[in-house]
Amino acid sequence: MVAQTITEKILASHAGLSSVRPGQFITARVDRVMAHDITGPLALAQLEAHGIDRPFDPERIVLVPDHLVPSPTAQAAQAIHRLRAFARRHGVTFFEVGRGGIAHILLLEEGLVAPGELVVGADSHTCTLGAVGAFATGLGSTDTAAAMATGEVWLRVPATIRVRLEGSLPRFVMAKDIMLALLAQIGLDGAAYRALEFVGSTLAELDLDERATLCNMAVEAGAKNGIVPPDPRTLAYVEARVARPFTPVVSDPGADYLDEVVIRCSHLEPLVAEPHSPARGRPVSELAGLRVDQVFLGSCTNGKLTDLRVAAALLRGRRIPPHVRMVVTPATQSIYREALAEGLLEVFVQAGAVVTGASCGACPGLHTGVLGPGEVCLATTNRNFRGRMGSPEARIYLANPAVAAATALTGVLTDPRAVVGGEGLFV
Amino acid sequence: MSAVEEVPVTLPTIRGRVHRVGDHVNTDLIIPGKYCLTTSRERLGPHCLEGWEPGFARRVRPGDVLVAGENFGGGSSREHAVLALQGAGFHAVIAAGFARIFFRNAINLGLPVLVCPDAAAQAADGDLVEIDVGQGRILLDGRVFRAEPYPPFLQEILAHGGLMPYVVARTRAGSSRPTS
Repeated sequence: MVAQTITEKILASHAGLSSVRPGQFITARVDRVMAHDITGPLALAQLEAHGIDRPFDPERIVLVPDHLVPSPTAQAAQAIHRLRAFARRHGVTFFEVGRGGIAHILLLEEGLVAPGELVVGADSHTCTLGAVGAFATGLGSTDTAAAMATGEVWLRVPATIRVRLEGSLPRFVMAKDIMLALLAQIGLDGAAYRALEFVGSTLAELDLDERATLCNMAVEAGAKNGIVPPDPRTLAYVEARVARPFTPVVSDPGADYLDEVVIRCSHLEPLVAEPHSPARGRPVSELAGLRVDQVFLGSCTNGKLTDLRVAAALLRGRRIPPHVRMVVTPATQSIYREALAEGLLEVFVQAGAVVTGASCGACPGLHTGVLGPGEVCLATTNRNFRGRMGSPEARIYLANPAVAAATALTGVLTDPRAVVGGEGLFV
Repeated sequence: MSAVEEVPVTLPTIRGRVHRVGDHVNTDLIIPGKYCLTTSRERLGPHCLEGWEPGFARRVRPGDVLVAGENFGGGSSREHAVLALQGAGFHAVIAAGFARIFFRNAINLGLPVLVCPDAAAQAADGDLVEIDVGQGRILLDGRVFRAEPYPPFLQEILAHGGLMPYVVARTRAGSSRPTS
């Protein structure tokens, strides 16, 4: 047998082959297909235009309105209704507003992805799902429509770059900083058309929320997928959520890697990526003091329970000063519920932040925190591209939730290590 | 070989003027998220690349070609980026490199995308360009450049006029698997 990486093994098994090699074109069976309220309507329009009146297997399709919920405009309401109507007609899973959240985090929570499975979704951050040892990749609407019609997707097998994470993360340094460090090192296309496989001693201390952040930002380096090989922690997470049989897969000893990148996590500082690229990360200490108008805590990158806990631990009992505003958007309704039960939402509200319903929120510049010209935002999101959150004249800085909370407390970019206290943190 | 595989590759010849952008032009710059509630090329077109430069689309004439640097189309998977480029009047994009989702989206919607670092480096705003998409031949201001050829599997999709017609044809033929 040829020694293969986890990505190659999952692709081979879904293509009905004993092995695959990088560069090979395959047609792979999909275990799940996802689309949301921005990309879904176009996918459904493609099915309709080509006379495909039923999906290959309704149970494998999931439609999640997450960008525009609750709908801010009549047009958005119409887009969401199109998904809802399709779901009703075909018996496809649809997460109604108030019972869903950001698709990628929702699919993990709901057990709609398991180790060894292959998932495609009409959103670039579908790669988040690699956190449980699945192959997951983002596609456009037409590719997604084809997958909905046939249950298959064509893929070119990616070569794998192994990212070795070494050492313990210092306090206030999170998975977000690992990814900003990696991006600063390899650039926005440093993993273009490649798989990123995360290995190393640091993984043992990263929970599934943090692993999701690693895989989530793989696409920021152009990667096809990010993946964390399953370990006992993965299996404990998945077994609580998945009833169907699944087959965890890990890389073979001696598998071929295109390259290896080592991140010395014990030496990392909290990083901040300057406008207008996530690859422009610098230590927060070098940018401390920069004035911000808005802090946004949320998104598929950092709107998870672990993220909210870290921020709340810094904000507890403190007040956000008048010249800065903070928007907190839990990634999913279940995170919202848990944050409510733990008292985290009360901490945010008492501090003077606004807490919104679960959605993608301000990240793609659609509602609940859109930026105006000249405004500066510190966001826990994944992209600080020009115009991403609204005005092209706004400036977005990316950082982890601890930096976000510390910055909200001062109104200027602040190293969380400079904020007194912060007991009970998980980092 | 089944009948559907024998359709010859007939891809267009494109003639137009060059419009240049730089490296890492992402899909948020190509079409901001706030416009993505429509899938109409006509409505998306006027906003094409306004994040790169306000009013960009006004200068484009049907048949023009966008020339970009590295990693064109990175970021969001929004297929609206391809629709916006088509709506603005672009008939092809030449780049030093493309982000993978954008590349797929362009093929799927019938927008020829050509990888050619040399042409991307030398094309200037306003240059006259002629592209034989089937041959991957780029004629730029009297000089000839060769784009990376499409893999056979992609040529097959293009020959069908995009992914959906390909899928429909393969499904009718009883197989949706690639032959390679």
